[in-house]
Amino acid sequence: MTFEEIRSRAVAEWKALEHSDKPRILIGAATCGRAAGAGVVIEAIEAELAQRNIEAVIIQVGCIGLCYAEPVVDIIKPGRPRTCYGNVTPEIAVELINDYLLKDNPRPDLALGTVGEGSIDGIPRLFDHPMLKPQVRIVLRNCGSIDPENINHYIANGGYSGLIKALSMKPGDVIEEVKKSGLRGRGGAGFPTGRKWEFCRNAPGKERYLICNADEGDPGAFMNRSLLEGDPHAVLEGMLIGAYAMGATQGYIYCRAEYPLALKRLNLALKQMEEYGLLGDNIMGSDFSFRIKIQEGAGAFVCGEETAMMASIEGRRGMPRSRPPFPAQSGLWGQPTNINNVETWGQVSAILQRGVEWFAGYGTQGSKGTKTFALAGKVNRTGLIEVPMGITLREIVYDVGGGIPGDKRFKAIQTGGPSGGVLPASLLDLPVDYESLTQAGAIMGSGGMIVTDEDTCIVDIARYFLSFTQAESCGKCVPCRLGTKQMLDILEDICNGRGKMEALDLLGGLAEDVRAGSLCALGGTAPNPVLTSLRYFRDEYEAHIKERRCPALVCQPLVSYYILPEKCEGCGICLRACPPEAIKGGKRMVHVIDQSKCIKCNVCLEVCPTRFSAVVKVSGVEIPVPEEPIPVIAESRGRD
Amino acid sequence: MTPILKSDILKNGRAVTEQLERILSRYKGERGDLIPLLQEVQTRFGYLPEEAMQGVAKFLRLSESIVYGVSTFYAQFKFTPTGKHTIKVCRGTACHVRGVTRILEEVEKQLGIKPGGTTPDLEYSLESIACFGSCALSPVMVVDETVYGRMTHEKVREILKR
Repeated sequence: MTFEEIRSRAVAEWKALEHSDKPRILIGAATCGRAAGAGVVIEAIEAELAQRNIEAVIIQVGCIGLCYAEPVVDIIKPGRPRTCYGNVTPEIAVELINDYLLKDNPRPDLALGTVGEGSIDGIPRLFDHPMLKPQVRIVLRNCGSIDPENINHYIANGGYSGLIKALSMKPGDVIEEVKKSGLRGRGGAGFPTGRKWEFCRNAPGKERYLICNADEGDPGAFMNRSLLEGDPHAVLEGMLIGAYAMGATQGYIYCRAEYPLALKRLNLALKQMEEYGLLGDNIMGSDFSFRIKIQEGAGAFVCGEETAMMASIEGRRGMPRSRPPFPAQSGLWGQPTNINNVETWGQVSAILQRGVEWFAGYGTQGSKGTKTFALAGKVNRTGLIEVPMGITLREIVYDVGGGIPGDKRFKAIQTGGPSGGVLPASLLDLPVDYESLTQAGAIMGSGGMIVTDEDTCIVDIARYFLSFTQAESCGKCVPCRLGTKQMLDILEDICNGRGKMEALDLLGGLAEDVRAGSLCALGGTAPNPVLTSLRYFRDEYEAHIKERRCPALVCQPLVSYYILPEKCEGCGICLRACPPEAIKGGKRMVHVIDQSKCIKCNVCLEVCPTRFSAVVKVSGVEIPVPEEPIPVIAESRGRD
Repeated sequence: MTPILKSDILKNGRAVTEQLERILSRYKGERGDLIPLLQEVQTRFGYLPEEAMQGVAKFLRLSESIVYGVSTFYAQFKFTPTGKHTIKVCRGTACHVRGVTRILEEVEKQLGIKPGGTTPDLEYSLESIACFGSCALSPVMVVDETVYGRMTHEKVREILKR
């Protein structure tokens, strides 16, 4: 079959679906949607449709990124625009079927918005939603709209036309296109993709290899999982284009084993590509042959590093090695090898499909296009977002994310996971591009973005990320193996109230040494959370050390529980609930916590009735202990 | 792929090699096969049995120490069989003061194993965990994914009966 035949068949199938006289129901059933309960919603919808004798097409789609509103269900009634509903429970799903499908009431009270042509009274357009309006969808173009298990859906929406275009060009010209687009690696470091390809193409070698890095291991990052689950072909098409441009014959996808749904969809996608002649020998009748093998990760974070990943594919311990030689010169089995991140491959297919000018129209001078982020933490609207480069952190936190819950004060935003940094409120107007973030001490990273508020302890955050990198250090080089351990010990001391001011300088010095002396990026970036927090939040470190005070009331050894005498009603609830029996007090007597017995388990604070709210957490202050038991003073306050 | 009944392996040492032969027959024997092979062995047996690792080493013409070195590098690989169900007992401070030690003793008595151990029929593994952060429910015990709070001797016996 020629590509034209494949394409017209795919378009016909898509059109038939679009103009079907049956209603269509799209359910976000990526891993995140399933965790939020998409499974029971699907069951409820199927049962209700069967009971009401309604014929409908149910499609399990990927994630549209509105994680806070999961499970998300879209309903398309013939002749009506696609309407998106959030936080759908089995009960709401049944209501929607009865009210909308049977009675034609689209339930604007439950709808998030409509997509596509036409409108419905009382329902806004989904892409006018404050979370979606600042977004530009290049990589996530199909996520949530197509069936990721149906290659025809991808092809009907422009899929593989980028490959066909590339095949009509000289390989060197394809590289020129990618160079002109200004695309830079989306895995974190931001190396210009076209130049990386050129190195690989020009290196002498018997064979060339290409690797897709899908070993997304940063805590708090799920951009790559979402893309692989929602639109695997977007990534695979990018790999084919790269393979053709570089002259590679064998590709690998190194995907972590913790992503079973992504792995399943990748395997299925590869099979579909083979059936269509998009993989194997003489792809689409050309001289270009390429194969892709999936390699499952075995649980080592360091394998996200290029040279460690290649060692792992070769069947060895996943330890990085020094460069040069760079993978482009001598990579997998000593041959020229190119590694790009999942998102980079997804951008490549879009660039070839839609053109360089269109892509480079987004972003800034030095950082073109868009970047996906997993927005999480203390923010109202968590989710997977794709924003043009150059957007400010403030726009991401307040426009896309809808601000901080409970009117709390913004404290910091953490980008780049354990390799990134914490940035304070004074940097909220920083544009998100490679240079600005690096200058501020953070990195673009693969895209984790965690918002913190006044209740988050920055020292504790630094300790958390360092304990992660320390445990994941492969142990090959001394600065990373021992340096991160020493840094972690100092941070543990500070959080436990044993910190010394001299150690703070030692911490900063060690961080610089680990950064400069480590063999690979894991060690080289591990000090970033410490260095940025020392730079922007030194006062918090000093409060922990000088005043033995945790301003955010997070570090347990520095926190005490105290019952406010003027609020305690002597009800005895906390007294009975206290696991170590550390609370004393009789009926109608103010209860007192014996600080020597208290284990700081928080139970008293949780059980104290909110109408009293007598238990508080304090830090850095002496707790007064009354010599005589005090009777409650409720009567004098006019209660009772 | 469903794991074969692990109790059969222990009773009959041959079962491992027979199963392994079937797995090996699908591989070419290249160095790059090592990790996928170990992953398949673990899917099959639930852990990496010693004789299977020796078999893999022979098949790939690698020394046993290399196979062992690679498999211990990756967090995914386990070297002792684990039970069908995992029982975790919290050893956090709140649970401790509420008498989790005696709860743990009761579980140990009922199953006949210590923390870190697995019953000979490979039904249960027992672990003790630093803290679940469910102190208000202390003492806490977790069976697979289900959290049981305010544990008593009677509740231990009741839960383990199921």
